[in-house]
Amino acid sequence: MRAFAEPRDAPDALRRGALAIRRVSKVYDPNGGRIVAVDDCSLDIAPGEISMIVGPSGCGKTTLLNAVAGFHSISAGEIRLDGELLCGPGKLKAASGADRVVVFQNGALFPWKTLIENVAYGPVVQRRMRRQEALDKARHLMERAGLGLVVDKYPGEVSSGMARRAEIVRALINEPRLLLLDEPYRAMDALTKSVMHEALLKLYDETRVTIFFITHDLEEAIFLGSRIYVMTTRPCRVKKIVDVALPRPRDYRALSSESFRALLAETKQAVQEEAQKAFEVGERELA
Amino acid sequence: MRAFATAAEMFPRRSGTGGAVRRIVAASTEIRVRRGVAALSLFLLFWYVAVSLKGWLGIDVPWVGRLPSPGSVFAAWLGLIGDPGYWQSAYLSFMRVMIGFLAAMLVGIPVGLAAAINRYFYDVFYPSFEILRPIPPLAWVPLSLIFWPTQEMSIASVTFLGAFYTIVINVISGARSIDVRLIRAAQSMGATRWHLFWKVVLPATLPSIVTGAAVGMGITWEVVVAAEMISTGGHAGGGGLGFFIWNSYVGGSLQQIVVGMISIGIAGYVSSALIRLLGHALMPWLRLR
Repeated sequence: MRAFAEPRDAPDALRRGALAIRRVSKVYDPNGGRIVAVDDCSLDIAPGEISMIVGPSGCGKTTLLNAVAGFHSISAGEIRLDGELLCGPGKLKAASGADRVVVFQNGALFPWKTLIENVAYGPVVQRRMRRQEALDKARHLMERAGLGLVVDKYPGEVSSGMARRAEIVRALINEPRLLLLDEPYRAMDALTKSVMHEALLKLYDETRVTIFFITHDLEEAIFLGSRIYVMTTRPCRVKKIVDVALPRPRDYRALSSESFRALLAETKQAVQEEAQKAFEVGERELA
Repeated sequence: MRAFATAAEMFPRRSGTGGAVRRIVAASTEIRVRRGVAALSLFLLFWYVAVSLKGWLGIDVPWVGRLPSPGSVFAAWLGLIGDPGYWQSAYLSFMRVMIGFLAAMLVGIPVGLAAAINRYFYDVFYPSFEILRPIPPLAWVPLSLIFWPTQEMSIASVTFLGAFYTIVINVISGARSIDVRLIRAAQSMGATRWHLFWKVVLPATLPSIVTGAAVGMGITWEVVVAAEMISTGGHAGGGGLGFFIWNSYVGGSLQQIVVGMISIGIAGYVSSALIRLLGHALMPWLRLR
């Protein structure tokens, strides 16, 4: 059992997920409208860290995530994971795979499967486990994530917070090298969000899985992140990198600390400039 | 001793499907069912009054006033209940509906899914489909009588068309409206195309398949009866409820015509309801919303 390994051996055992994005560009509709979503963007994500990608709406953050996940092609540059080429010249679209599992905005649990069946889905389709074995493991992980009482419920029956937590467990059961989160808590109220944050940090402290997390909530970014990448407005590039030196494990008390406030001010300034630019250009958001 | 057992006595609490059956039966005492019964009674009352006004006050209600009274229709029905010919007609129509409907499901679901998934197939298939679709199934009756060796096959093929278009349209729109995030989530967890089809596309399309089937079933009943009327045209032919109605018309029995019509209504209602029940059983996640 690697995912959810005991905290003491986890950090070294799972130090993987180094993502290198090198001079990546993405142009939508190259012959017509030529919308440059990402332009010559480079960034490195260290294994075992939570990297928060922050930027104005529609700046191309999701485009970047889609390229890493293998949903979309890139136009130039290359992306490597632990040194292996995902996409680059000659192979502009990465193959999607269970080493980079995505958790979506608004959630994407299969409504026709119960939560436990959802969680067991990955290992079964990859033929890594038999169905029963996968269900046993799913139950075990869900119990540890505080989902023991809702294993047999359908997604439509539980709160959005429960659903999202189950979705993260559904990703982690695959022992991904990289967990890609695309504004997973966007539609949640502030209180639910803070509960979700602590639950995610607990899972992270247990697994030390590398996380690529897109958001435009700065408090979320600082509270969760090891490092924050502030992106420019379209075309998307790295504007500023902020290291978050808050000690782990963190809980909600970190939010009121002096260093948290300082980080917030620093990040806010960078983001504000870009948000202002994005607003002035006034372009429609890219999906 | 009471004449009727309560729902709870007839269906003691059990897990699984037993529980579902029990809930459905228990629901029959619910307010909504009572409302439905009240509305039906009101309908019968209006019918009765409209027919009787001439006798009571000399008022001839147009159209409705010419109908036989509900009582005489009921009497005619009672007379037919022991008549094997009536049951034979119902059986024949039912079998034709089933054959046409099942064939339409068997062909329509894969065709619809293929058209939704494969752009090339869609481009080739859809134009002809859209031109053929507005042609009423009944317009196919003369051709199908010429084309098929037996009358039975002609009726079945026309019935098939009645359900086919509806099922295909529903499957296409259902499969096309699948949330792309579900597909991507499956892909990102390592699903193969095979898995994607069977474990994501198919269950996600199931609600539309059931809707298409329920609507298609209704159309099948419409078509089968008309096809029976046209193809048998009054001379001793293939039988069925359509023929039964036509025969009653030729024989001048207004009551039997109405009995035939109501029989079709009930049969259509029951078959569509069965499909919805089956849909509920296949899609437990939709019950819980």
